[in-house]
Amino acid sequence: MPSLSDSALATAAARALETGTGLAEPDVLAVLRLPDEELPAALELAHQVRMRWCGPEVEVEGIVSVKTGGCPEDCHFCSQSGLFTSPVRAVWLDIPALVEAARQTAATGATEFCIVAAVRGPDARLMAQLRDGVAAIRAEVDINIAASLGMLTRAQVDELVALGIHRYNHNLETARSFFPQVVTTHTWDERFDTLRMVRDSGMEVCCGGILGLGESLEQRAEFAVQLAALAPDEVPLNFLNPRPGTPLGEAALVDPRDALRAIAAFRLALPRTILRYAGGREITLGDLGTRDGLLGGINAVIVGNYLTTLGRSPADDLALLDDLKMPVKALSATL
Amino acid sequence: MTGPGSRDLGRLHPLEGAQASKIAAFCDRCGGDLTAADLTAADLTGADPHSACRSARALEPPRFCPYCRRRMKVQVLPAGWRAVCTEHGERSS
Ligand code: SF4
Ligand SMILES: [Zn+2]
Ligand SMILES: [Zn+2]
Repeated sequence: MPSLSDSALATAAARALETGTGLAEPDVLAVLRLPDEELPAALELAHQVRMRWCGPEVEVEGIVSVKTGGCPEDCHFCSQSGLFTSPVRAVWLDIPALVEAARQTAATGATEFCIVAAVRGPDARLMAQLRDGVAAIRAEVDINIAASLGMLTRAQVDELVALGIHRYNHNLETARSFFPQVVTTHTWDERFDTLRMVRDSGMEVCCGGILGLGESLEQRAEFAVQLAALAPDEVPLNFLNPRPGTPLGEAALVDPRDALRAIAAFRLALPRTILRYAGGREITLGDLGTRDGLLGGINAVIVGNYLTTLGRSPADDLALLDDLKMPVKALSATL
Repeated sequence: MTGPGSRDLGRLHPLEGAQASKIAAFCDRCGGDLTAADLTAADLTGADPHSACRSARALEPPRFCPYCRRRMKVQVLPAGWRAVCTEHGERSS
């Protein structure tokens, strides 16, 4: 008689690998619950799904914070909330530094540069900074420009489209049922409203979240299928890096095996999506785990530093991709 | 370069910082004291109150000025960081 895990992976193979359709919630949960012995097989299947439906290329992205800290929201994992005793101070990046950040990103071979602001949503000052920043980057650096500026109005969506922002990031962060435990100053549905407008505008949708906020495995599965229902072009997967002074500052790291199970499960829920390693991978998975994830469903990375923390060296990531014979997606392939 | 650089006092042993001509009296990650009294107490108990801070700093920029404990304005760029104390000026990776 096949074991439960055999049948979980057989179901996953029949659906995700053969048809490119994401798993249903109970099947995602079954993958998240696989015993450690089955983890290599789950990662292998997720890798096959990624290779079949996305191909071997890896999309490389750099990010920078144009406005750091002082955010009025209370996302419990975030060092940039102005409501906690985090040591992160509010600061704006000027245009020359923004262009320098884009140049540093392009120098790694990255095709994506995402401009991020710690805000509930953009005000006139931020939109003006973005307009000037985008124009200055375009004049000097050849790279796709994405943005992550919080919740948007319809007029702001239209303005971003007019600016040529090709992808918008807005993370749902966690399962809808768990969100109120993590954020009280706005709702999951408010976030979803922005995502719906972004999708309808024709911009690419980038939407992911953070694992390790205290959610259950059931809620992790719920989150994966909620993301799948949105059908985002990209899903960035963060793992909690507990930040001093935040409500989750003393929380435990995600166990690396659970992190890898989640990578496989999210790939099987989202067979055709760009699944990106984002914050917390270094501290959660280390070098070996980073490699395992790239062989287990991940097909995109943020290289270099994050918004308020540092990442491992881009050279190490690029050498790893080279070693794995995974070509970096070229700019021409994205236009 | 993404790691802390040579100007990164947070990676020095606290005593080295404390004995430098410009005295680094505070941990640049948590803002806690690096005074001789504290370190003596730490030596007696065998505990270094800032060892976790020092290892965390491999993947974090400094947040507090090591000379005056002010929170610094810190900007993280894809290939480095810059930190400014209103009193003691700028450090970068
Ligand atoms: S996650 Fe974004 S919205 Fe939430 S507190 Fe941080 S910067 Fe603000
Ligand atoms: Zn300290
Ligand atoms: Zn100072």
